[in-house]
Amino acid sequence: MSIRSGLLILSLVLLPAPLPALAGETIPQPAETRLSSTADHRKFEQLAGPFHSGPEVTRACLECHTEAAPQVHRSIHWTWRFEQPETGQVLGKRFALNNLCQGIAGSYERCSSCHVGYGWEDEHFDFTAQDRVDCLVCHDTTGTYVKFPTGAGHPPYEDTPFRGKLFKAPDLAHVARHVGKSSRETCGTCHFEGGGGDAVKHGDLDSSLLGPPRTVDVHMAPDGLNFSCATCHEFTGHIQQGSRYQLKAAPQAGVAVPGRESDRPACESCHGSTPHDTGIHNKLNQHAEFIACQTCHVPAIARGGLPTKTLWDWSVAGRRDAQGRPVVEMEDGLVVYDGMKGAFQWRENYAPEYRWFDGNMRYTLLGDPIDPSGPVDVNVPEGGPGQPGARIWPFKVMAGRQPYDTRHNALLVAHLFGRDENAFWRGYDWDAALASGMATALRVGQTEVGFSGEYGFVDTRMYWPVNHMVAPGEDALSCESCHSVDGRLAELPGVYIPGRDRHPWEPIGWLAVWLTLLSVVVHGLGRYLIHRRRMRGSA
Amino acid sequence: MSKLRIFTLFERVWHWAQTVLIFGLLFTGLALHGSHGLIAYDTALKAHIVMALSLIGLWAFAIFWHVVTGEWRQYVPTHRGLPAVMLYYVYGIFSGEAKPFVTSPSSKHNPLQRLAYFGFKAAIAPALWVSGLLLLTYAAWKGTFMGDLLPLAWVAYAHVAATFALMLFLIGHIYMASTTGHPWYAYLKSMVTGYQEGHK
Repeated sequence: MSIRSGLLILSLVLLPAPLPALAGETIPQPAETRLSSTADHRKFEQLAGPFHSGPEVTRACLECHTEAAPQVHRSIHWTWRFEQPETGQVLGKRFALNNLCQGIAGSYERCSSCHVGYGWEDEHFDFTAQDRVDCLVCHDTTGTYVKFPTGAGHPPYEDTPFRGKLFKAPDLAHVARHVGKSSRETCGTCHFEGGGGDAVKHGDLDSSLLGPPRTVDVHMAPDGLNFSCATCHEFTGHIQQGSRYQLKAAPQAGVAVPGRESDRPACESCHGSTPHDTGIHNKLNQHAEFIACQTCHVPAIARGGLPTKTLWDWSVAGRRDAQGRPVVEMEDGLVVYDGMKGAFQWRENYAPEYRWFDGNMRYTLLGDPIDPSGPVDVNVPEGGPGQPGARIWPFKVMAGRQPYDTRHNALLVAHLFGRDENAFWRGYDWDAALASGMATALRVGQTEVGFSGEYGFVDTRMYWPVNHMVAPGEDALSCESCHSVDGRLAELPGVYIPGRDRHPWEPIGWLAVWLTLLSVVVHGLGRYLIHRRRMRGSA
Repeated sequence: MSKLRIFTLFERVWHWAQTVLIFGLLFTGLALHGSHGLIAYDTALKAHIVMALSLIGLWAFAIFWHVVTGEWRQYVPTHRGLPAVMLYYVYGIFSGEAKPFVTSPSSKHNPLQRLAYFGFKAAIAPALWVSGLLLLTYAAWKGTFMGDLLPLAWVAYAHVAATFALMLFLIGHIYMASTTGHPWYAYLKSMVTGYQEGHK
C-alpha cells in the first residue's frame, strides 16, 4: 500500500461519519442535479500527478476518455478551419482575416494561446497528435488554469510576468483532479478576450457576463436562469452548436423537443417562433418572420459596463520612446494608442447597425481583389430584403485601417509576433513583417497571391453579429425605435416602414391641407368683417 | 317660430360617433405615420385598429339603416341648384343674400353637401377601408401572389393619400356646417338637438 492510499484511508476514517436520521428529522442532502457526474476525478490514480506539462495531463485524460481527442480534432476549436457550405469559402482563423489582429499567419505562438491545444508554435504543428489537445482550458473548474499569452497554447510552467501581469503556474495535478463541465469562466478566457483583451472584439461578449445583473443578460444572471455558455451552445461529442460564419438566421425547427434534432443556439429552440402575446394585432410575432429576435431584444452593444473597440488603425503603429519601447497613450483608462498596434477608439452601450442577413457571412480573403478607395468589407452579411431566410439583424460594425498590397489590390497579413526581427513587434518594419507574414500565408495555402513588396493602408469594415447580452423583455426596443423618421432602421433598404417612409409627393398633400385651412380662415374672416361693418352701418 | 325635426336620433348618434372615431383615427394614424409623436406607437396602433373596426361596424349598421329607411336618397348627387349654392358661398354669403336652399326632412342636404358627402362615402371612406384592411392583414397576404403584385408601399401611399382627402373634406365640412347657418351655429345645433329653429 502506498503512503498516499494510506493517507486516504486514514482521512476517511477520521472524517465524521454521516449521522443516522433521527425520527422526524431529515438530513439535508447536497443539491445534486440529475445530470451530475458519476465519476469523482479526485479518486483517479491517473490524476495523482505530478504533471510537468499539459500534454502529460492529456495523456492521463485519454486513458479513460478514449474518444475525446479525436472528437476535439474534428472541432473548429481545434482545426480553426470551417468550410462554409453555402458560400463555399474556407474560413476559420487559419484562413479568414479580420480588422483587429489581421490574421494568424506567422504569429502562431501568440495566437495559439487561444487554441485548444499545446504547441502550435509554427506552421508545422501536428494537428493529428492526440496529446496536443488541451483538455483543461475548457474543463478547469478551479479558475487557476491559464494559458500563457506567448506560450503556443501551453500554460506557464513557472510563474512568469507578461506585460506587467504575473501569470502564475497552475498546479496541473490539482486542476486535473478538479475537472468538470465547461463554464462561462472557461469559455470566457478566450471568447471574452477576443481581439487581445476584455470586450475588445465582439461587443456582446465580455467579462461582465461572468456575473451579470438580469438587466445585462436575462439568461445568464446568476440570480435568474444562470445559464452557462453551453446551455445554448450545446456540445455533442465536443462539437458545439453555433457559428458566426454560418448563423441560424431563420431556424424553422421551432422548440427543441427531446429526440428531435435541436436547433440551438437559436432563440426559437426554446421560445418557439411565436413567443409574443397575440394581443390585438399580433404584430410582434409577425415581425419575427423578418426580424431577428436580437434586433429588438439586444437593444445596445457593450451593455455590461465595458467599452468595446470600434476602431483599430494600424497605419499609425510603430511609435517608440527613446528606449525603443512602444508608446502607450491612455484616455479615461482606455488605451487609445499603442506603438505595437496603432490607434484605437472605444464605445460602450451604443446602438448597433442593422442589416439584412440570411446567416451566411462572406469574407474578403487574402488574394481576393479589393477596391482600395475603401472602406473594404472584410466580411459582409449575405441576404437581402425578401430573400429566403433573410432577417434584419444587429451588428457591431468594426472600423479598421490595415495594410494592403497596392499592386495586387488585396489585403495583407503581417507577421506580428515572433522571436525573429521580421516580426513587427520586434523590428517595427512593415516591409519585413508583411513579407514574412505573406510568405507564411503562401506556404500554408492561405493564399496563392504573394506580397508584391508595395503596401499601403486601407479603411476596412467588419460586421460582428450581435447575439448576446439579451435584455429582459421590458427593456427591448419599442416600436418607435424603428418606426420613426430618424429611427434605428433609417438606412435599411428594401422595406416600407410605417412611420419612416413617405411618398415623395406628400408635401403636396400638406400644402393642400394648409391652403384649404387658409381659405376657410380668409372666407370666415371676410364674412366677419363684412358683418361687423354692416352692424356699425345700421347702428 | 316653429321647430322642425331634421335629424333622427340614429343620425345624430351616428354622426357624433363617427366624429369621435374619425378624429381618433386621424390622431393615431398621423402618429403611426410619424407626423407627430404625442402618443406611444404601440398604443396608437392598438387604438387605431380598435377604432377602425368600430367605425366599419358602425358603417355597416348605418348602410343597413339607410337602405331600410330609403334615406340613402339624401346622398344622391344632383346638379340642380348646385351652381346657385356654389355662387352663394363665393359671393352671396358676403353680400347678405338669402341662401338658395331650404332644409327639410325630405331634403336635408343642399346640392353641394350632397356632392361632398357622396364623395366622402363613395371614394374617401372606401379607399381608407380597403387600404386600411390590407395594411392590417398584410402578414396574411404578403406571402401570396398578391404580395408579389401589390407592394406594401403602394397600399400605404393609398391610405395616406385618402387621409389627405379626408383632412380636406373635414376642414371644409367643419367650417361650412358649423359656421354658415342662421345664426351661424344653427346647423351645429340642429345636429345636436335634431331640430332646426326659426324654420318658417
